[in-house]
Amino acid sequence: MSAGTRCASRLACAAAFLVLSGAANAAQAQSLVADLSKRLVAITTGFVGTDVLLFGAVEGEGDIVIVVRGPDRPVTMYRKSRVLGIWANTAQMTFERAPSFYAIATSKPIREIAPDVVRARHEMGVDALRLDLPAAKASRNVARDWRQGLIRNFQKSGLYGHEVGSVTFLGNQLFRVELHLPANVPTGAYQVITYLLKDGHVASAQTMPLFVSKIGAEAAIFDFATRYSAYYGLIAIVIALMAGWLAHLAFRKG
Amino acid sequence: MQIYLPIAEMSVNVFLLLGMGGAIGFLSGLFGVGGGFLMTPLLIFIGVPPAVAVATEANQIVASSVSGVLAHWRRGNVDFKMGLILLIGGIAGSTFGVGLFSVLRGLGQIDLVISLSYVVFLGIIGTLMLVESLRSMRQRKVSAGQPRKLHQHTWIHGLPLKTRFRRSKLYISALLPFAIGFLVGVLAAIMGVGGGFIMVPAMIYLLGMPTSVVIGTSLFQIIFVTANVTFLQAYANQTVDVVLALLLLTGAVIGAQFGARAGARLHGEQLRGLLAAMVLLVCSKLFYDLLVTPADLYSLGVAL
Repeated sequence: MSAGTRCASRLACAAAFLVLSGAANAAQAQSLVADLSKRLVAITTGFVGTDVLLFGAVEGEGDIVIVVRGPDRPVTMYRKSRVLGIWANTAQMTFERAPSFYAIATSKPIREIAPDVVRARHEMGVDALRLDLPAAKASRNVARDWRQGLIRNFQKSGLYGHEVGSVTFLGNQLFRVELHLPANVPTGAYQVITYLLKDGHVASAQTMPLFVSKIGAEAAIFDFATRYSAYYGLIAIVIALMAGWLAHLAFRKG
Repeated sequence: MQIYLPIAEMSVNVFLLLGMGGAIGFLSGLFGVGGGFLMTPLLIFIGVPPAVAVATEANQIVASSVSGVLAHWRRGNVDFKMGLILLIGGIAGSTFGVGLFSVLRGLGQIDLVISLSYVVFLGIIGTLMLVESLRSMRQRKVSAGQPRKLHQHTWIHGLPLKTRFRRSKLYISALLPFAIGFLVGVLAAIMGVGGGFIMVPAMIYLLGMPTSVVIGTSLFQIIFVTANVTFLQAYANQTVDVVLALLLLTGAVIGAQFGARAGARLHGEQLRGLLAAMVLLVCSKLFYDLLVTPADLYSLGVAL
């Protein structure tokens, strides 16, 4: 609750600031201004996912499209088929880059505000994502199946949005949207891109970074496990030996 | 209360993990088995990546085997010489197994191999145990058990490197326990189990060891083999989650106490029959999953 009210008050501040600055130099006013309620998402012990509020203002009429992308990574996929009655992975394909997280929010249904060309150029919506397979490896139809498989799997794990979120306008100029990051969100540097569309063209765009990182004990354990993996292994064994010995003592008393 | 697991990279309810540890601990106390063969599939079922489940479970088994072996050691039920040879085989086998694990993971076949190993081994062991316990229940009713021969000489006794194992009252080739240790080591690495459910029957039926020293000796071997697996998995694959292991073993320790008490009230054959039924249940569930058409033919691989 407190987070909500704080965000709301920040929204009001931002609005006031925009009105003032707009009055000050109306000549070179930006047509789009947006900000996030936080730039750092900390994954701590109790992390169950989080909401990030994006708010902003536009000058004049227009529609808003917001795209959130996690860092691009190569993704390997497998396809199963029946071998001797058992389902086994029999084909493998690697996408050279795919966003590790993707979500989109718009102020109106995306097809009404952005033509195909614009959606494809700016990768608006999962259908428009550029997920290229090495051309030599897959014909068009096959590539489409792999691509849909990838999107389906990412959607199932919650990392690609199932639905298009809705950006709400408060009056004509102020807009806001809650962006949800689930508990299994990958770490890294995210991009939050806000597009202002007028008559089917991108009139203005603003890119903001958003960092998702492990903080505290989780980060320390993960860092140690990857950087000093031999020591981590030894410590894991020592902890287990101690725990077993303690259990033996407790068991003997009881 | 949710907790974020740093290596598995997922958020899980603490009480679910404690409860799972408790339930599996109860069963392991009841039946005198490690419970790894039940816990690993259960972890995979709640969404822990199979690679993390296998490696973390090995870490947890270290703890439960230590508490078990100390109790047996005090009663003198550990054949250290036999344990050492099983152990040498186990270290070799588990090192080989972790390497195999990495290769299979790269090929995208690790999930299938884990499932198939479970189906094959649980199927064989479960069936054998069920037949055995049904037979002994029937025999008890008729009360006409045939006296068993003390020693049956087979080709096994012709193998070289014969060694005397005083505590087990055996004079057999050292190659035999080495081979059993090796096989169990491979299974420990790939299936995330201690391997007691394979080793105990093998020690009784293949080696002919007296039942009294079998459990203690197998636990002794399991500690070192699972410790080796923990170390190698942590080092090569970074898949050991200590937070997950600690939560599971806390539940398991408490559950095992209640299980052992409940087990004292049941007959041996009934216990074995129940265990066999449970093993076959897990086996058929895994087998069914391999046969039924998957919801999605496409799946994401592990980033290498």
